[in-house]
Amino acid sequence: MPEPTARRSLWSRVTGQSPFVVTVFALVLGLVVGAVVIITTTAPVLDAWRGFFSGWGAPGHAIKVTVDNVGAAYRIMFTGSILSPSTFWHALTTGHGWTNALTPISETLTYATPLTIASIGVGIAFQTGIFNIGANGQAMMGGIAGAYVGTLIHLPMVLHLPLTLLAGIAGGVVAGSVPGLLKAYTGAHEVIVTLMFNYVVSAFLLYALLSTALQAPGQQNDIARTLDPSAQLAPIFGTASGLRVNYGLVIAALVVVFAWWFLERSSLGFDFRVTGANPQAARASGINAKVVIILVFAISGGLAGLAGITELGGFYKTLDGGFLVGNAGIGFTAITVSLLGRNKPVGIVWASLLFAALGVGGRAMQAATGIPLDLATVIQSAVVLFVATPVLVKEIFRLRTTPTSSMQLATKGWGS
Amino acid sequence: MRLELRGITKRFGTFTANHRIDLTVEPGQIHCLLGENGAGKSTLMNVIFGLLQPDEGDVLIDGVATRFANSGEAVRRGIGMVHQHFMLVPVFTVAENVVLGFEPTKSFDRLDRQRAREEIRTVSREFNLEVDPDAIVEELPVGLQQRVEILKALSHDAELLILDEPTAVLTPQEIDALMTIMRSLAASGKSILFITHKLKEVRAIADVITVIRQGEVVGTAQASDSEAELASMMVGRDVNLTVDKAVVTPGDEVLVVTDLVVRDDRGLPAVNGVSLSVRAGEILALAGVQGNGQTELVEAIAGMRPVESGTITLRGTDITNHSPRQVLDAGIGHVPEDRQLHGLVLSMSVADNLVLNTPRRAPFARRGSRNLAAVNENAEQLVKRFDIRTTSTRALVSSLSGGNQQKVIVARELSRPLNLFVASQPTRGLDVGSIEYVHRQIVNQRDEGMGVLIVSSELDEVLALGDRIAVIHGGRISGVVAPSTSRETIGLLMTGAHVESTDA
Repeated sequence: MPEPTARRSLWSRVTGQSPFVVTVFALVLGLVVGAVVIITTTAPVLDAWRGFFSGWGAPGHAIKVTVDNVGAAYRIMFTGSILSPSTFWHALTTGHGWTNALTPISETLTYATPLTIASIGVGIAFQTGIFNIGANGQAMMGGIAGAYVGTLIHLPMVLHLPLTLLAGIAGGVVAGSVPGLLKAYTGAHEVIVTLMFNYVVSAFLLYALLSTALQAPGQQNDIARTLDPSAQLAPIFGTASGLRVNYGLVIAALVVVFAWWFLERSSLGFDFRVTGANPQAARASGINAKVVIILVFAISGGLAGLAGITELGGFYKTLDGGFLVGNAGIGFTAITVSLLGRNKPVGIVWASLLFAALGVGGRAMQAATGIPLDLATVIQSAVVLFVATPVLVKEIFRLRTTPTSSMQLATKGWGS
Repeated sequence: MRLELRGITKRFGTFTANHRIDLTVEPGQIHCLLGENGAGKSTLMNVIFGLLQPDEGDVLIDGVATRFANSGEAVRRGIGMVHQHFMLVPVFTVAENVVLGFEPTKSFDRLDRQRAREEIRTVSREFNLEVDPDAIVEELPVGLQQRVEILKALSHDAELLILDEPTAVLTPQEIDALMTIMRSLAASGKSILFITHKLKEVRAIADVITVIRQGEVVGTAQASDSEAELASMMVGRDVNLTVDKAVVTPGDEVLVVTDLVVRDDRGLPAVNGVSLSVRAGEILALAGVQGNGQTELVEAIAGMRPVESGTITLRGTDITNHSPRQVLDAGIGHVPEDRQLHGLVLSMSVADNLVLNTPRRAPFARRGSRNLAAVNENAEQLVKRFDIRTTSTRALVSSLSGGNQQKVIVARELSRPLNLFVASQPTRGLDVGSIEYVHRQIVNQRDEGMGVLIVSSELDEVLALGDRIAVIHGGRISGVVAPSTSRETIGLLMTGAHVESTDA
C-alpha cells in the first residue's frame, strides 16, 4: 500500500501523530486533573463554592478563589522547580542572590541525574524486549558496592572516584546478571526473578550495614561510614555555592550519549533492537538470544548500579537503611520514566526532568500552600496514564490520526 | 441476496484506495474480484463488511441502500466474511469458535457445549462440510481452519459470503474441496464474492469476473478468457506466465541430507528419515501438502530446529545442528516460510532489513560501530537491482506490500555469497507481477550454478520451477520425479500413495 504523500501544513505537523506532541498534551491533561483534585480537596475553594448562591458577588468570588488557589499551586510548582522570574531578575540586576535564583533548577537537575541513568538502563532492556523490574535492587547493589570502595579504601581522588563508580557499575552488573543468567539458561521469567531480586538486595543492604565493616564505627543502627570526600561527586559550583547539582550530571550526560550511540549506531545495539522487535527474526538472522539476554542484563544492571552510586556519591554521601526505599526508589520510578520517554535516550532525559521537576515543585508547593506533595504524584500518574492512551488524548484534542491505522486495524488478523 | 455497490470511493488521507467502484453480485452467483496486491480489494471488502465507511457511494442490499456501522450489523444482515488471516481463537475448539459471540447458553448463562456441537453438526451436514466440533483449532490443518471460518459464517445465516484470498494458504486438494463447497453453496442460492489474484481459480469457478487495478474497476471478464488476457488486464501490461528455463547440466552435490529425523514443537517426529540431495545448478522442488514436515525440514537445514538423528552436509562439510549464525556463514540463503515472523523486522527500515543477517559484515560495520552510510548505499543498490517499490530506503518495511516485502528478503539473501538457496513458499500471497519476478530470480541463481531448494505447496510453482520434484508425505519422501510427471501422479504422491515410476 503506497504511503499517502500529502503536503503537510505546519499545523498538521504540530497536531500530527508525533509522540512528542501527544506527550505535551498529556502533560496539559495531567495538570487539568491536578486542578480538579485541588478544587475538590482545598477547604477555602470548597467553602467559596458552597456559598455560590449566597449573594450577588458570590459566584464571582468562588471563581476567583478557585483561580487563585489553582494558580498559586501551579505557580509555586513552577517557580520551585525551574526558576522564579522575580528572584532571577533580582540576581541578574544586583549580582546577588544567585543561589536563591538557581536553587530550584539545581534541585530538579540533582533529582533528575540518577533517575536518567537508571531509566536509560531500563529503557535499553525494554528496547530488547526485556522487562527489567529489578533496576531498584541493581541500583541499591551499586550503592552498596560503591560504598565499600568509597569508605574502606583510601586513595587520591583521580583513582578513588573512578574506582568507586566502577564498583557501583560492577555491583549493578552482578545484581542484574543473576536474573539474566537464570533467564538465559533456565528460561525463568525475568519479571518475576528481577522483581524478587529486589528483596534479596534489600536484605543484603541491611546485612551489609549491620554486620560488616561498612557500618559506621560505634554505630548500632543501619548507618554506614560516610564516603571519603575523594569518592564523592562534588557540587559543580563548589560546596560554598549551596547548589546541590553535582558532577553526576556529567556522568548522566555521558550515559545519554553512550546510550544513543549504542542503540542507534552500534552492532550490538542493532542486535538488541532486532531481538526486541522480533525475537524469531533475530534467531533466524543468527543472533544468539542467550548472549543478548546475558549482555542486556549486564548493561541494564550496570547502568542501574551507576545510578545507585551516583545517587549515593552526589546526594546522600552516607549509605543507610533507607537508601532507595519507598518513595526514594528511583529504580521503580525509572520504569515509568522510561515508558514515558518511549525507551529512547533523549525522550528519557525529558521524562526524567519532568518527573524530577514535579517532585521538587511539589515539595515547594506543599511548603507554601499546604497542598500535599501527593498532588505531584497524582499529576505524574495522570500524565503517564494519558501517554499510555494516545487515542484518548488525540480524541480530546481532535488530533489527526494516522490515515492508514484504521485500515491496518480492520485488515489485521492473527497470523499476520 | 443481491449486493450492489454504486460509486464506492474510499480515501486514506490523500491516497485513494477505491475510486468509484460499481459491482453487482446476484443471488446464487459466484462473483470474482480479481486484482493485484494493493489494488484495493481488501479495502473494498472491509467497506462492504462495515469495517470501513465509504467516503462516497452506496452499498445496496436487495435494492435498499444500507450503511453498516460495524461488522456486527453486517453479520446480522446476512453477510459473512472469511478473512485472509483467519479470525479464530487458536486455543478454542471448533465449536467454541463457531458460536463465539452468539453462544447458546444454559441456565445461569453457562455455555451449552452440547447445543453448540449440535448446531455445528447440523450446519456441517447441510452444507457437507465435515469437521470435528471438539478439535482444537490450532491443531487443525489450515484447510480445515478455513472450513471452520466458512462454517462460522454459515451458522450466522449468511446469504452473501465474502472470501478474501481463501486459497492463498491451501493445498491443491484443499483448493479443489473449497471449489466444490463454493459451487454447492451457490447452487443453494447463496451469493459468493471471491477475492483472489490467482487466474487458474478464477477461470475454474467464476460466473462473473470484475478486475480492479489501482483502486478502480478496469473491466469485467469472462471465465472463458485466457489466463494471459486476465493477467494483462490485472497488471496493466503483458505478463509472462511460464518460467523460461535454459537447460543446465547439474554439477556436484551441494546439499546432502541423510536419514534426517526432526521433531516438531509437540515433540513428535515431523521429519522421519528424509534423504535428499541438491546439486549445483539444479532446482529441487519439494512438493507436499502443508504440515507434512517441510517446515521442520527447512528449519533444521537453517539451524533453527535441532536434528534428532541423521546428517546435513553442505559441500561435504557436516552442518548438522549448527547454529543459525554458522549456517548463514556457511553460505545458505534462506527465504523463510513466514516472512513477517522469521524474515523481517516490520518496525525497522528497509535498509536495516536488507542487512538483517549481515550487520557486522564489512563494510556495514567496523569495530562494533555501524556504518549507516554503507548500509544505505547497499539498500539503494538492492532497491534498484531488485525493483523493490518503496518510498525510500528509510521507510519501515511494514509499509511495503507483501510482494515487496518478499523482494526485500530475496534481495538480502541473494546479495551475499551463497552455496545454497533455500526458499519456502517463495511466492505465497504474492501477485502475478511479483511471482514472475521472484521466479526469474530463482532461475537466474540456478543458471549461475547455485543449488536451489524450493518448498512449495503450489503445484503450479513446483512444476514450473523444479528440475527434479521431491514429494514429501508424513515426514518421508514418497517419491522423486521429473517435472514432466502428470499432476495426478504428483497429487497421488502427495497423499502418500506409492507410485511406480520414479524416473528422476
